Amino acid sequence: MSIWEYANPVKFMRVSGAVLPWLVIAAAVCTIGGIAWGFLTPEDYKQGSTVKIVFLHVPAAMMAINIWVMMLIASLIWLIRRHHVSALAAKAAAPVGAVMTLIALATGAIWGQPMWGTWWEWDPRLTSFLILLLFYIGYIALWSAIEDADSAADLTGVLCLVGSVFALLSRYAVLFWNQGLHQGASLSVAPGERMSEVYRYPLYLSMLGFLLLFLVLVLVRTRTEIRRRRLAALQAREMRA
Amino acid sequence: MIVLLKRDLALATRAGGGFGLAVAFFLILCAMVPFGVGPETSALRPIAPGILWVGALLSCLLSLDRIFALDYEDGSLDLLATAPIPLEGVTALKALAHWITTGLPLIAAAPVFGILLHLPGQATGWLIASLLIGTPALSMLGAFGAAITVGLRRGGLLLSLLVLPLYIPTLIFGTEIIRRGAEGGDPTTPILFLAGITAGVMALVPFAAAAALRVNLR
Repeated sequence: MSIWEYANPVKFMRVSGAVLPWLVIAAAVCTIGGIAWGFLTPEDYKQGSTVKIVFLHVPAAMMAINIWVMMLIASLIWLIRRHHVSALAAKAAAPVGAVMTLIALATGAIWGQPMWGTWWEWDPRLTSFLILLLFYIGYIALWSAIEDADSAADLTGVLCLVGSVFALLSRYAVLFWNQGLHQGASLSVAPGERMSEVYRYPLYLSMLGFLLLFLVLVLVRTRTEIRRRRLAALQAREMRA
Repeated sequence: MIVLLKRDLALATRAGGGFGLAVAFFLILCAMVPFGVGPETSALRPIAPGILWVGALLSCLLSLDRIFALDYEDGSLDLLATAPIPLEGVTALKALAHWITTGLPLIAAAPVFGILLHLPGQATGWLIASLLIGTPALSMLGAFGAAITVGLRRGGLLLSLLVLPLYIPTLIFGTEIIRRGAEGGDPTTPILFLAGITAGVMALVPFAAAAALRVNLR
């Protein structure tokens, strides 16, 4: 019994189909619960009620980066072991990641307007997310441009590898280019820099919720891709017959 | 390999538009900017390094799709793939040919365009140095993008979309060199970073480009 057994599409479909309803419930409970709990928290002494957008902003930003890492791993698995499910999962994750990046940028802008007095600032973190969004767009565009499925998976996989290196490089190049306005890590373990517990626990919950939400979306989208692939195979067989 | 380089250079020069087009585009871009922001020295001087680098980058982009497209269409790329020299070497050579036909003319023209944009005199040396160090990376990354999109019918736009984000670090350090040079500061740090990026790109990207080419030739 190894994890590679789930690379078999039939097995993947069976297991994911069984797990999916539970995941949907868990994701709904955690996301809605986390955000609702977040709304019930007291207002921050400095930022007032605007602080509550953090329960959308931080989880989305976290997922935006993690989804790219997941795509990188899935692409590597495809390039090394040629498991189709892996390539399709990377394809399925990309639009979710792009939307997460957009949510992070949009909520950040909405939060930044009252707090910093500006919608947009060329701050390293903001700029890196904009660059990340560009990488997502390029990746999605490449997937949709190539007709042959295996070539598309190969080429996007290579692009994801090179893109990861350059996304990271841009992150540090941008740091060199401009010093920022954005606060440091939101969940630092250093005492004194930590968020108050009132905010921290709802935040953990909504982060978990976003993670589960991402899992649900990726599973659904991967299942759709597998079905689409099967349909194409069936149609091709019919054409030949 | 030298034969291949000579062939590519000969093709680029004789086909026309190889040397001239990118520089002409660069000139137009640098001439348009003052119309947009106004002719005052105080307005042009601070943005001159950025405009020059962005201009060089966009001019570089123009001719990227020609790196592999012609050879792909007439089948000589298949021959090169089966030739005894490794495909990684072929992609690196193609990038070198692109740099000689596009990058070098841009570097030669850049000081003149710097005058148009009121770039301070002492920064001209840094402009040339930064372009000399940075543009090989642009050509190599462009060859990678061209290798990915070579099989597509309308790959030109997609090529720009894929390649431009990869150019960001080069652009940042390239302009930083000129800016520090113009202010009389010490540009050693960005020079080292830029040289590091170029060296890393030259060493690693040919493998990615060759992998993409193999997929497209399959």
